[in-house]
Amino acid sequence: MSSEPLLRVENLKTQFFTDAGTVRAVDGISFEVHEGEIVGLVGESGAGKSVASMSLLRLVESPGEIVGGEITYRGETLFGLEEGPDGELRERDDMLSNEEMRTRIRGNEIAVIFQDPMETLNPVFTVGGQLREFIELNRDLSGKEARKEAIEMLREVGIPDPEERYEEYPHQFSGGMRQRVLIAMALACEPNLIIADEPTTALDVTVEGQIIDLVDELQEKYDTSFVWVTHDMGVVAEICDRVNVMYLGEIIEQAPVDELFHDTKHPYTEALLNSMPRPDRTVGELEPIEGVMPEAISPPSGCRFHPRCPDAREVCQRVHPENKEVARADGYPHNAACVKHDVFDVGYDESVPLDKEPQMTASTPSAGDDGE
Amino acid sequence: MAVGESQVGSGSEPAEKEVEARTGWRNTLKKIKRDTTARWGLYVIGFVLAVTAFTLVDSNLSRFTFGAISDFALAEALPVLEHPERLPAPGEAETNQPPMFHADGSLSNPLGTDPNGRDYFTRIVYGAQVSVSVGIAATFLGLVGGTAVGAIAGYYGGWIDDMLMRAIETVYAIPPLILIIVFTVFVSGGSPDVRFAIIGVGIAFIPVFARIIRSEVLSVREMDYIEAARAAGVKDRNIILRHIIPNSFAPVLVYATLQIGVTILIVAGLSFLGFGAQPPTPDWGEMLNTSHGYMHSNVWLSIWPGLAIMITIMGFNLFGDGLQDALDPRIND
Repeated sequence: MSSEPLLRVENLKTQFFTDAGTVRAVDGISFEVHEGEIVGLVGESGAGKSVASMSLLRLVESPGEIVGGEITYRGETLFGLEEGPDGELRERDDMLSNEEMRTRIRGNEIAVIFQDPMETLNPVFTVGGQLREFIELNRDLSGKEARKEAIEMLREVGIPDPEERYEEYPHQFSGGMRQRVLIAMALACEPNLIIADEPTTALDVTVEGQIIDLVDELQEKYDTSFVWVTHDMGVVAEICDRVNVMYLGEIIEQAPVDELFHDTKHPYTEALLNSMPRPDRTVGELEPIEGVMPEAISPPSGCRFHPRCPDAREVCQRVHPENKEVARADGYPHNAACVKHDVFDVGYDESVPLDKEPQMTASTPSAGDDGE
Repeated sequence: MAVGESQVGSGSEPAEKEVEARTGWRNTLKKIKRDTTARWGLYVIGFVLAVTAFTLVDSNLSRFTFGAISDFALAEALPVLEHPERLPAPGEAETNQPPMFHADGSLSNPLGTDPNGRDYFTRIVYGAQVSVSVGIAATFLGLVGGTAVGAIAGYYGGWIDDMLMRAIETVYAIPPLILIIVFTVFVSGGSPDVRFAIIGVGIAFIPVFARIIRSEVLSVREMDYIEAARAAGVKDRNIILRHIIPNSFAPVLVYATLQIGVTILIVAGLSFLGFGAQPPTPDWGEMLNTSHGYMHSNVWLSIWPGLAIMITIMGFNLFGDGLQDALDPRIND
């Protein structure tokens, strides 16, 4: 692998302490983002993608908390814990303070594009006003210069008549136009990393295509890195360089995008790909993933995917698979967390296939332990 | 909204834009203009405010449009004391004169004179100054205080919320009039003054405003644009001032408009009880206080200030109701 990555996340754990119990929304994920790369974070609703991306900016709200792991951005520690003299974990000295996070990192270094462009602009101020405020805030420009810059940014993201649109309110913009404004906002301070949290999910498909093209274009121009959070494998194929597939708070497969699509190593990824609507397949040929994702509050034992996995065997209930390298492609490892690739230790091949019928017990934690 | 115009453009882009552009403040104003009762409320408020403004200018310039008797009416409250020559000599003015339409009335004192021989019309006019400005000032105090407390409590939540809201509820549990009287007496050290009444009433109103704005903030703070602002590195203070408060302000604004009427009434009540404006400052409540001893000999002394209070409050209430409808997106034409 090349030099030091732009962003490195190691064993990140974010949990929500609710009355019902501890929700392990993100449970030990590790990934890297290099300069100029678009890295996908893929998974079903509730897999922990958004929590993971918000954790990167330390914007997890109570009752949520980052409880472990390390986030390094350009050699600076965004989050890190160490063991104190009393044996308790405490924040490391070199971890950036909240103040530094706010003034230096958020917006300036790492920006976010949110999912719903309808809700992400303040309805009481003009679009231009918000963009200008944001530029003023992060770039130390005077009001006039910031205004000029804001109009320039609007033009850059393909908004017609930016001078006039500058004075308009968010409700006068269509969804696609608003998403363009949000992209302008994210790019305004020329951050090195943009976290795009399902930025095209709320848009219709034609607009989605335009937005993706726009991002592609701008990414080339500014050489910005992206963490692209999505549940849409189609978007992933289109835009991402490398992909991390998440399931129930864990990354279960990571690989460069072509490798992931052509040499899928994890049954979950396979199932995701098979459940995608495609023009060459009818509805009847779609293979939805059986059942629903269990609650992260009490994940299934062993492999978390085993209650829904078509390839599950008895051993999957007992052994929690490590995410390890199973192949290499383009200088990057292809990691997968599945015991199928662990032939020597756990004896997957000798294990009995699981009966797929009574699998509605997915949400009870001990179901797997007694072998049913 | 503006059905006529939108049909003219028949869906073409600029016409649609124009229709949409009319939402927000301009649209609210338009709705109020179309609402007859709200419009009358606005007229009344405008009139009362104009009278108040007039008296302020008039007295500060020492012009005293209404002549010598009015100067006497303003003694102490206004800079008239610097002009003692303007005071009528004792016994010179006729006391307890009935209004002009009465057989014994005269045109020079259209509403008659009070037991001290002061022109009642002038006192009513100048009374607006105290009543209205106190009403607005006290409501404003409650609005600002309540908004600050409510927005902070709602935005931060947790123990800050608990602490602030419990404190607010403690204040809320005390009957407002008693709270205000006790506050006024304590702070003023036995010499009540209308300024202390303003602060007292303002404090007594903080809880209601705080609760209204807090409940709004609780829903606004979950909006994506708050999250987006945070992700962009905006300071908490700016998030509250620029994003939270503007988006949760409409209901408080309506409530404040309605509350001005109530405040005027409370301040009048305070003056009536002797804790507000002190004689000889002309204030409608204080005038009621003085006049209630003369109910049998000259009932007009009670009717005029009562009428003034009623009309003013009605104006604010009508306008407040109209504003509420105008700001409610569900009521559209």
